[in-house]
Amino acid sequence: MGHSLDFSVVYDNAPALLWGCLGTIGLALAGMALALVIGLLGVLARASRFAPLRIATVAFIEVIRNTPFLVQIFFIFFVLPYAGLRLNPTVTAIIALGINGGAYAIEIIRGGVQSIPRGQIEAGLALGLHRLQVFRLVVLRPALRAIYPALTSQFVLLTLTTSICTSVAAYELTSVAQRIESDSFRSFEVYFSITFLYLAMSWLLMTGFAAIAGRAFAWPTR
Amino acid sequence: MITSFGLPQFGFLLTGLQWTLVLTAIALVGGGIAGLAIALARVARSPWLWRSAAGYIALFQGTPLLMQLFVVYYGLGLLGLKLPAWAAVAIGFTLNASAFLGDIWRGAIQAVPHGQAEAASALGLRYAARMRHVVLPQALRIAQPATVGYLVQLIKGTSLAAIVGFIELARAGQIVANQTHSPLLVYGVVGALYFAICWPLSLYSARLETRLAVAAR
Repeated sequence: MGHSLDFSVVYDNAPALLWGCLGTIGLALAGMALALVIGLLGVLARASRFAPLRIATVAFIEVIRNTPFLVQIFFIFFVLPYAGLRLNPTVTAIIALGINGGAYAIEIIRGGVQSIPRGQIEAGLALGLHRLQVFRLVVLRPALRAIYPALTSQFVLLTLTTSICTSVAAYELTSVAQRIESDSFRSFEVYFSITFLYLAMSWLLMTGFAAIAGRAFAWPTR
Repeated sequence: MITSFGLPQFGFLLTGLQWTLVLTAIALVGGGIAGLAIALARVARSPWLWRSAAGYIALFQGTPLLMQLFVVYYGLGLLGLKLPAWAAVAIGFTLNASAFLGDIWRGAIQAVPHGQAEAASALGLRYAARMRHVVLPQALRIAQPATVGYLVQLIKGTSLAAIVGFIELARAGQIVANQTHSPLLVYGVVGALYFAICWPLSLYSARLETRLAVAAR
């Protein structure tokens, strides 16, 4: 043994760790935004009349959902240079998070869209709304309320997933912790402490999502 | 020296895959046993029992799996336990699986109509017999799709053992990618191997869910 707990390393590096938290939150929010865009486009693509697009979307969903995020982020890290993008860890991380979250978002949003009765869409069209207006007002908004809990818990999961982005050295809490650990060798103290920082962040996120729901979906159902 | 990706390299990946499956199996068995205890504690009447079970579940669901692995890995070392890497990560995955399976099975137990447990008590069955013969068989049936779905999460999750340095499929992929300098090919093959294991399970889980939905109608 000969090793006693010493948390002073955590206090000494508190500013760096808090900056790491901001990095994690930034990465998570950017990933969520991209995931939402991919999710919405994916729902449209999956309902397309053009069969190859439909099949490609389903293939994308299944491949992403059945392979580990770690392998996805490595793959993307080495693919991006072929797309003309220089190896940038943070960009890689955001794209990987967006693609991963997007695949789950497509299926979640699709479930919500399917929960809208056909009659309502027909009623919207009969009232003279444009197809896009029907999609936005009659389908998307009520559907978003229905899927909100599933979508936001997926987003909390995505926030926890950002920790894996340390493997491409993106700037976030885990990579900051790894640097402190390799300087101080206080592995347990550092990781134990940031585990609770992650817990606090996911609680904060859940509280924030609940507050948004209270405002955005306040209209009565009947 | 740069080697190209050939049969020996593919064989090395398959050895990694073997370890992925071993880790998954240990976590599934260990996490299954502990998860059942967590689920039963979570639905128990004693407040401190269900509150601590709920806290345990919230802790594991609210923190990254990677941190859990790090804390267990370095925590065991701090306790003076000199465990090999595979045993340390197996304990980490077992704890994580017990929380997630515990929550899935908690939901399933609560989904069994309350009248079933009441009828069993009325027939004079004690807690153990009631759970074993009446509630759990029905609950496990309800929990089947989500349990298989979690198994997919678990298999994918074992890839994080790579970051701790344990050589399973993802770490084997890293090693071969560095050796052959063809990361796209290697990670493509690694991804395909994960997909070959996970996709059938996902399809099976979806089929179980449809069957359950039909049965419930």
